[in-house]
Amino acid sequence: MLKDEKPFRAAGQASATFEPQPRPWSTPGEVTDKVTGVIFKNGTPLWWWFALFVSLGLLGLYILMFLSIAIRGTYLWGINVPVVWGMGIVNLIFWIGIGHAGTFISAFLLLMRQHWRGAFSRFAEAMTLFAVVVAGVFPLLHLGRIELFYYILPYPNTMILHPQFRSPLAWDSLAIATYGTVSLIFWYIDLIPDLGAMRDKAERMWVKRAYGTFALGWRGESRHWSALHRTTYMLAAIATPLVISVHSVIGLDFAVAQVPGWHHTIFPPFFVAGAIFSGLAMVLIFAVIFRSGFGLSGLITDNHMDNAAKLMLVTGLIVTYGYLIENFAAWYSNHDYEVALAVERALGTYAPLYWGMIICNAVIIQALWFKRVRRNNTALVIISLFVLVGMWLERFVIVPVSLSFPFLESSWVTFQWTIWDVLTIIAPFGLFLVPMLLFMRLLPLLPIHETQQVAVEEGGHD
Amino acid sequence: MVHQTYDREEQDFPETPNEINLTEMAEEANFQAMLEKYPRQAAAYHYSGLSRRSFMKIMGASLALTGVGLTGCVAEAPDEQIIPYARQPEEVIPGIPIYFASAMTLGGYTTGLLIETEEGRPTRIEGNPNHPASLGSSNVFIQASILHLYDPDRSITARKDGTGSDWATFLAELADVLEDAGDGAGLRILTETVTSPTLAAQMETLLENYPAAQWVQYEPVAQDNVLAGSRLAFDADVNTVYNFAEADVVLALDADFMSNLPGSLRYARDFMDKRRVREDNTTMSRLYAIESTPTITGAAADERLAMKASDVEAFARALAAALGVDAGSAPQFAPWPEAWLDAVVADLQESSGNSIVIAGPEQTPIVHALAHAINAALGNVGSTVTYTDSVVVNPSISTEALATLTEEMANGDVDALIMIGGNPAFTAPADIAFADALANVGFSMHLSLYFDETSQLSTWHIPITHFIEEWSDGRSFDGTASIVQPPIGPLWDTVHSPHELLAAINGTEGTPFEILQANWESNYEGDDFELFWRTALHDGVVADSAFEAISPSLSGDLANALDEAGFGQSSGLEIVFRPDPGIFDGRFANNAWLQELPAPLTKVTWDMAAVLNPATAEELGLVNEEVVELTLDGRTIRAPIFTQIGMALDTVAVTLGYGGDVTAHEGEPSDRNVYAMRTTSNMWHGVSVDLENTGDTYTLAASRWVEDMPETDAARSGTLRTFVDDPDFAQIETSGGANLIPPIIYDGYAWGMSIDLTSCIGCNACMIACQMENNIPTVGKEAVEDGRDMSWIRIDTYYITEGENIETRFQPVACVHCEMAPCELVCPVEATIHDHEGINNMVYNRCIGTRYCSANCPYSVRRFNFESYTNELPIMEEYRNPNVSVRVEGVMEKCTYCTQRINMARIAANAENRLITDGEITPACAGACPTQAIIFGNINDEEARVTLLKEQPHDYGLLEELNTIPRTTYLARVTNPNDALHGSSEEG
Repeated sequence: MLKDEKPFRAAGQASATFEPQPRPWSTPGEVTDKVTGVIFKNGTPLWWWFALFVSLGLLGLYILMFLSIAIRGTYLWGINVPVVWGMGIVNLIFWIGIGHAGTFISAFLLLMRQHWRGAFSRFAEAMTLFAVVVAGVFPLLHLGRIELFYYILPYPNTMILHPQFRSPLAWDSLAIATYGTVSLIFWYIDLIPDLGAMRDKAERMWVKRAYGTFALGWRGESRHWSALHRTTYMLAAIATPLVISVHSVIGLDFAVAQVPGWHHTIFPPFFVAGAIFSGLAMVLIFAVIFRSGFGLSGLITDNHMDNAAKLMLVTGLIVTYGYLIENFAAWYSNHDYEVALAVERALGTYAPLYWGMIICNAVIIQALWFKRVRRNNTALVIISLFVLVGMWLERFVIVPVSLSFPFLESSWVTFQWTIWDVLTIIAPFGLFLVPMLLFMRLLPLLPIHETQQVAVEEGGHD
Repeated sequence: MVHQTYDREEQDFPETPNEINLTEMAEEANFQAMLEKYPRQAAAYHYSGLSRRSFMKIMGASLALTGVGLTGCVAEAPDEQIIPYARQPEEVIPGIPIYFASAMTLGGYTTGLLIETEEGRPTRIEGNPNHPASLGSSNVFIQASILHLYDPDRSITARKDGTGSDWATFLAELADVLEDAGDGAGLRILTETVTSPTLAAQMETLLENYPAAQWVQYEPVAQDNVLAGSRLAFDADVNTVYNFAEADVVLALDADFMSNLPGSLRYARDFMDKRRVREDNTTMSRLYAIESTPTITGAAADERLAMKASDVEAFARALAAALGVDAGSAPQFAPWPEAWLDAVVADLQESSGNSIVIAGPEQTPIVHALAHAINAALGNVGSTVTYTDSVVVNPSISTEALATLTEEMANGDVDALIMIGGNPAFTAPADIAFADALANVGFSMHLSLYFDETSQLSTWHIPITHFIEEWSDGRSFDGTASIVQPPIGPLWDTVHSPHELLAAINGTEGTPFEILQANWESNYEGDDFELFWRTALHDGVVADSAFEAISPSLSGDLANALDEAGFGQSSGLEIVFRPDPGIFDGRFANNAWLQELPAPLTKVTWDMAAVLNPATAEELGLVNEEVVELTLDGRTIRAPIFTQIGMALDTVAVTLGYGGDVTAHEGEPSDRNVYAMRTTSNMWHGVSVDLENTGDTYTLAASRWVEDMPETDAARSGTLRTFVDDPDFAQIETSGGANLIPPIIYDGYAWGMSIDLTSCIGCNACMIACQMENNIPTVGKEAVEDGRDMSWIRIDTYYITEGENIETRFQPVACVHCEMAPCELVCPVEATIHDHEGINNMVYNRCIGTRYCSANCPYSVRRFNFESYTNELPIMEEYRNPNVSVRVEGVMEKCTYCTQRINMARIAANAENRLITDGEITPACAGACPTQAIIFGNINDEEARVTLLKEQPHDYGLLEELNTIPRTTYLARVTNPNDALHGSSEEG
């Protein structure tokens, strides 16, 4: 067996290879140089400027979209009665899903001692943060009276009114806020040693000061390292259940309701798997960008890509299982309304969307069974894009499509698109990509200290 | 919204407050002069900044009352000194409505009403329980007519040749004209159908003063064929009154007797009273309906046969022959199932004396004559069918009268034409060139609510009073007289009543009230007129004023006459014309409530359509919303196709009133004018119409109806036989309410509702009643297309087809107030909560608009304010119910069981230290329902009507298998089909 074909390491075995074993071609110093060099030495690539330009355009559209809907009202969307939930919710789930991979990789896999995750953890965490911000705006935008959003929070008030805690939406606000907060802290704590490294590598004084301020006086002492490790592991232990809970709660928004197509007990795990699935797709896309855009393929290796792709396949299969169970449950429940929905979903007006979702999420990912595919950047990007589209379609199929076929057939409708619905899909990429692009140019893309360990132990690879 | 087709440049000042540039106006020299002269019009300019479309969306009719001196809320106090109520007027208590008995005239016949006023503002119209034509119920037209009172497009300015003038100038000119009139040879009065005794008396005086003058009555939806039929049958003008309360078998020959006869409200009630099947009453009447276009009467029928309108006469002849009536020879063709005729004959004969054969006003005089003859032969006359003298004063065949008048006008024989109401220039049959002839008349004046087509072509236009603001009187279908009592004075001092106009012509003195009272006093034979008068006003009915029954004898040579008339079978595509279920003959075109009301069967809003049977449409290669060109005798209109199950084959149905130049709403194509192809010989149907696909499409805003319901019946139905064999037929297996949570005990009042699906005729009266009571906005056509209509109650319509047979089931669905309400569970802010009496409340202030409740409502009855439908104009508050919050953008709303009425009853009961009694609370929908299908009450009261209904074996809850425990339950529909017409497959 070749070295780079090492089997997926089980958690127990990990500590055996934890010790750094210096190799001439990738010493810790080289790793530091390489990662900080992306910012200090290599200069800004042209594609970055182009991407920023496009993203700023999208951000402008986003601001237009946000202000229009917030001020003029939700009627701009194509929602109606009974399809009362539309793009606000569809995109909320989509972006929260994107935000799942980060914490999953940095916390869940950290606890599992999957050290290959180090290559992804920093930017995946950043992705999480930005995606959670994007997602967090949608529930507000979705409200009929956005100015009263705080009614949903348990704040002290003279009316002694609390949120109605039986409603999953009240859980949502707490779950998303907690997840965002923990993700931010986790990301920042892990960033401290690297900020120190940036401070040390920076040449201009104000740059040094800027990084130094955020490095909180990191000097790389052992007690610093010890405190860092203890804190990260503790935060990982807190964050890991959150990975499960946030999307479970989102799943419960639907499972708790009795709407045909929503009322499935499988929804919480199904949603979590779907979220990680789409999150990994986004991570893989960015990984490919960094590998080729910043020449980091020595640090984000084919092995890493292979592992992430395998994980994507696994979550994809769970999602596929979810589709099967949904239809099985509709049939097995002998519930006419569920059956009617299943039939309409697969054969009615929305059939192209439903089958598009199946092809994207269940069929195309089967290619990942092949190692050649898992190690091919282009193939991974294409598959990941399909997965992203597929997962968006899934959310669309769950939300407006289910609502289009309520219990009483007299109320069945078809969702009507408006230009604002389209904007609500496209424009948030601006809000996501602009900070993401800035992150690329300002902060180390990879956790230097962890990459040092991994690079050293896996022996650098091009 | 009314199109202003006249040229604004030519007039002193514009009439409508909309679309006027304030700055431009202020710069005009005559604006200041106008301010002095017409302060009220000037006041209206405050509200000029609104586009017509958005205005219509919010509400088609409302009014700037700032300067009118009503006590409604306005945005700001006027500049002048104002004086508050230092001493409150007696009886006027804010929040406590005062009701006035009144009456409304439509098509000449009155219906008794109660008009609710809040602090002096009329806010609501209900039926008068004392009035025989209403019995407390009302229809959509009656209720929605309140909007016209406040309609900003209503004309409030006298005009001469289109430019502003005033009443005094008109009177001066009128005096000149009358001076030259001599014996009135050139004087013509054109009115709508008149039953008003006072107006008739004034007309009588006029005709005495001007013996050569002529009085013409024209109405586009007139009872011409009924009149002609009675002349044919009896050689006399006879009014027919039906007593459905005694009828065991009814045959309707293209007769929509539940919606478009003068006595329809009463007929519907009486008819349904014979069909309240309960555990202890398993008898019901049977209705056979033959119709060319589906109506709510056909939907209620036990046996329904779709037939081309032109074949109905043949059927009537065949029926007469089969029943042995001496009425000419039977037809040689039979485009109907033989068994059907046999079954009808057998049933009618079996119930002779207790049956009714009724012909629709749209059917030919011969069908009416045959119906009279058949009723006589069956011995129904005197029991179920009674005759009285004509209720209409000077009845005439209106098209003939109008044709003669037009000819005289064209010949220059008419010097002065006085038109009271109506809009003949728009509604005249296409072969009567009334509009052209109008130009030939030297002095023409039109007294009308709008500056419409006729007004524009007349020398003079004088705005008319709305019936809510001026005194009058009228008679209903059985002759019962009512005083039209205004709860408010005229909103504008520029409007004038017909009585005022006629008094001016007659040279008599007095206000309309004085004229009216004087006329009644002069005809009063008792000794205490004051008491009589006050009683009549209070009750809304003049006691014992219904006409006596008469016994006209059938004309001896009816058989010969019928044979002479001859008849044949037509082929090809046929067209039928019907009054529009929303805008009637076009007079309600500016009424947003009626425009947005889904037509009872097609569910189309805001438009008319050419309705075809799906099979005919397929044969012609047409699909919904394709615009076709319809040509009848060289006259063409265009209309979008809409397919409707139950239409007669090879028949296209269109409705009147759309496509007017002036009365059209914004965006409505003007080539929809059905009057342009309706001629005197084809008033109600025409044969061999050409239909051509134009290739265009036009979007119709139609809410959905369901064909062939899935197995889990929402609207359950069974035959009478099923009910007798298995009273529990409507019950389905449920989980039995298994629940982990202990049930909540309601030990005080527990409000509930029962809706009888047998009685529901789908007439939409509840929808308008709810809209009016609960300040529900209209949203406009586009929003209806988007599925954002706001109606709290909707009428789901299901068609169940079995071979040729179509069963139509109507099911009114509003919030059912689930005890285990799914909406409450999911609201994150406790904006929808249960109260201790079982009502699912909406707390609008608390709602932030997550819409989760609506998503989780299995009944889809919650409505969301997607846009700000209400808060644009302070003037919109004038007709609103002050006891119901007006909702803002972004909040959810739904049926409250009229909680404001519950609370009002609670306050009254508490004040008297007693419990609320059964029947004390009537939600708006239940109050309006013509057939009393909706019953509301306290289900903890064992004696309450609602409790007794809920104990019926065929009571069921919609979607009760979801364990929602709905407080509104339904009584399954029971029909009484004739077994002879159904094979063994009908069993069960």
